[in-house]
Amino acid sequence: MEVTFRIWRQDNPTNKGGFINYVVDDLAEDMSFLEALDHLNEILVLRNEKVVAFEYDCREGICGQCGIFINGRAHGPHSNITTCQLYMRSFKDGAIITVEPWRAKSFPILKDLIVDRSAFDRIIEHGGYISAKTGTAPEANAILIGKGVSDKAMDAAACIGCGACVATCKNSSAALFTAAKINHLNSLPQGKPEAHQRVLDMTTQMEKEGFGHCSFTGACEVECPEGISIANIAEMNARYFKAKIFG
Amino acid sequence: MIIDAKIPEGKLEEKWRNYQRKSKLINPANKKKLNVIVVGSGLSGAGAAATLAELGYEVQCFCYQDSARRAHSVAAQGGINAAKNYQHDGDSVWRMFYDTLKGGDFRSREANTYRLAELSAPLIDHYTQQGVPFAREYGGVLANRSFGGVQVQRTFYARGQTGQQLLLAAYSQLYKMIRAKKVRMFTRHEMLDLVVIDGKAKGIIARDLVNGHLKRFVADAVVLATGGYSRVFRLSTLAIGCNGSAIWKAHKRGAFFAAPSFTQIHPTALPQTSEAQSKLTLMSESLRNDGRIWVPKKKGDLRKANNIPEKERDYYLERKYPSFGNLAPRDIASRAAKERIDAGHGVGRLKNAVYLDFKHAIENAGLHTIKDRYANLFTMYKKITGIDAYQEPMQISPAAHFSMGGLWVDYELMTTIPGLYAIGECNFSDHGANRLGANSLLQASVDGYFILPNTINNYLAQELTEAPISIDHPMFTKIEKEIKEHISKIFAVAGTKTVDHFHRALGKIMWQECAMSRNKLGLEKAITQINSIKEAFWADVKVTGHNDEINTELEKALRLADFIELAVLMCTDALQRAESCGAHFREEFQTAEGEAVRMDEEYAYVSAWEYKRGSFQLHKEKLAFEFVKPSVRSYK
Ligand SMILES: Cc1cc2nc3c(=O)[nH]c(=O)nc-3n(C[C@H](O)[C@H](O)[C@H](O)COP(=O)(O)OP(=O)(O)OC[C@H]3O[C@@H](n4cnc5c(N)ncnc54)[C@H](O)[C@@H]3O)c2cc1C
Ligand code: FES
Repeated sequence: MEVTFRIWRQDNPTNKGGFINYVVDDLAEDMSFLEALDHLNEILVLRNEKVVAFEYDCREGICGQCGIFINGRAHGPHSNITTCQLYMRSFKDGAIITVEPWRAKSFPILKDLIVDRSAFDRIIEHGGYISAKTGTAPEANAILIGKGVSDKAMDAAACIGCGACVATCKNSSAALFTAAKINHLNSLPQGKPEAHQRVLDMTTQMEKEGFGHCSFTGACEVECPEGISIANIAEMNARYFKAKIFG
Repeated sequence: MIIDAKIPEGKLEEKWRNYQRKSKLINPANKKKLNVIVVGSGLSGAGAAATLAELGYEVQCFCYQDSARRAHSVAAQGGINAAKNYQHDGDSVWRMFYDTLKGGDFRSREANTYRLAELSAPLIDHYTQQGVPFAREYGGVLANRSFGGVQVQRTFYARGQTGQQLLLAAYSQLYKMIRAKKVRMFTRHEMLDLVVIDGKAKGIIARDLVNGHLKRFVADAVVLATGGYSRVFRLSTLAIGCNGSAIWKAHKRGAFFAAPSFTQIHPTALPQTSEAQSKLTLMSESLRNDGRIWVPKKKGDLRKANNIPEKERDYYLERKYPSFGNLAPRDIASRAAKERIDAGHGVGRLKNAVYLDFKHAIENAGLHTIKDRYANLFTMYKKITGIDAYQEPMQISPAAHFSMGGLWVDYELMTTIPGLYAIGECNFSDHGANRLGANSLLQASVDGYFILPNTINNYLAQELTEAPISIDHPMFTKIEKEIKEHISKIFAVAGTKTVDHFHRALGKIMWQECAMSRNKLGLEKAITQINSIKEAFWADVKVTGHNDEINTELEKALRLADFIELAVLMCTDALQRAESCGAHFREEFQTAEGEAVRMDEEYAYVSAWEYKRGSFQLHKEKLAFEFVKPSVRSYK
């Protein structure tokens, strides 16, 4: 199949950047989208041009490193998948595909399609953990946790930190990311002792990083590869007020 | 040189305690003065970095990804083993030790393997305390399932995302210590060489992947936690960036490389469908708890799976290995699949797959239960193949998956270079010639959290009195210059072929000759062919762009240059071992039924290779079995 990739090229963070079109005519439907870009890059090398810089690692939808805005949607035309799980069979022969990096003030562009998402790490750094020193844990079954509680914690914990929620949000809010981690930890008995401080610290850091406010449009949960529910944000807000009062 | 594994004396059960009783301690005030570099932030690296920092050391931690949370530990699906005996099914530390030793076909050390089993139970406590949402029963206790090669249920899991949940826990502890200013984290930094000064590991040089700067880092000890190197096959279940470079560079600086050829080929990955394919996705082994593996009895049967009647299906694992059936260990299951595929019974477009069928499981346990256990795996399968596996069987195929080999380490996890440690998948330690499923998250974790932090002190205690070394030391200057030249040389080739072109060629040879079955002629041919690839690479590779920017082609080229050299050693090792054991199946050494023939008299040793300017010298660490008698591994 043949497609035209309309790709955002930007050499470095300060450079202006713009779209360049690349026609690739020997793709197969069962190639993944990233494999199609690999293929384009091999063509570019042989043409003595710089390759398109884009990110990936696991290529199976779990590491969260890939993340491309494709035809105006985070991770492409389907809901709830990562870019590396997108296949060329999702596009028509002859399609023009617009390929851009995540766009958000808190995720500065480093090069082409690569952005800096270290803001997420800094949110985790501010309380996204349980202060459990190695060697201090009680016997695992000494604290019973109902299956329902643990399943719900797992739903939130599944976040892969890709940043699609931020990229897709018109306010560039990181509320879904932050809420998922807070709810994962705060709903477990092990997370309770630091629960209030965690909400306050993590949300403060989230604001410091310059992410926007959540206005509950629900766009994020549609693009989230793990299908993390927007209900998490409401729950975080409730935890926030509780922390303000009791914390 | 005689290699000493430093196994502590005493009964198996007492060795680890005996070791700890005698090892040197460092008081908290002094720990602050000691610096440790940890390269890698997967389960082993993040666990080690966080724990060393908690103990008071100053830590610098590195990863090549944009965040520590992306290390490939994240991709482990199935679970983690521990001898908790929660299921009351007769499990114990001894049984787990024995299963692991036997699973590895008696090619690992008793003492290390026992310690792995011994530390497994506290590890589950530890992760639970860190907030890992392990699967639970309705009553609130932790749930278990079985994995290949064992008859008890000792695997703990978090849906199909166990590795992710464990890694996120380790990552969160790492960031806790970053906030405490005890760890400095360097993401997007790739270690390009090790700096050895007066025979001791004293630092590394890393390339900042954003701007290409080469940076020098000095420390009192260096820990490598850089994961597996199965990307040498190109197509594998590993992440695209996984590499062997850090351990290869360490090897070239003097660290022995143990059992490099021991590679696990996983039986249940998705088959390759095209040349352009960059990776093979794993379908967790846990699926073999409920799925049944089969191929059509008739060769080249073109009917759809659902149209093939029951009596025309060959459930070959159940047939050949009745007591373990679909849960036969990985090496055996992979080889059995290869045998059926080679005999013309393969299915799928390229006839390179076998079926994994859930029809009976759904009939027996109900759709709801199967969904509860594996929903995310079925969803993933559908995303990739477009096929609904609740309706028709999955197609699966063997794929390169795990490196049992790695840097040789002693009982303290120290390599043959004093002050250089290797933990997690990048060392050779506990898995022998074949790793049991769900034992590797365990090994990476106990290495990082429990073992290294209790052995490194034994070395660091003496470093306290050493004069500090500065990054201006001539050795740093010399090595940095060598790296610069190496990089310039790659650009200077300016040939006509892409890096991937050479990687595909290397992968094909390795898959053909150094994977599931090997033979003398094939391996000798492979070595010649790999040497030609090396020549062709340095004569004709093309990398565009510059060093001083993000340059993903350069990154790939640097990794591939090392893989090519490592591949030669892998084949050399496979050639040297004239026996079949575990994943190492030499066609010349098999029974009439095609089972492996092990030669304990001659080969009960760990091969440890020393780098000698382009050639390799073999050293043998004899494996003494004091507590168990190696038996013929039978899963019939
Ligand atoms: C798909 C898949 C599924 C698996 N499932 C299971 C399972 O269910 N159960 C089980 O027990 N095991 C499983 N395994 C095996 C297990 O996940 C790994 O062996 C284990 O997680 C390895 O951990 P690690 O810390 O050694 O390495 P990794 O997690 O791979 O981490 C390596 C780290 O090193 C860094 N690094 C590498 N090279 C460099 C360099 N040159 N410079 C700087 N940093 C570098 C990386 O950035 C990364 O941080 C699975 C493996 C795969 C591939
Ligand atoms: S590359 Fe890991 S999620 Fe896409």
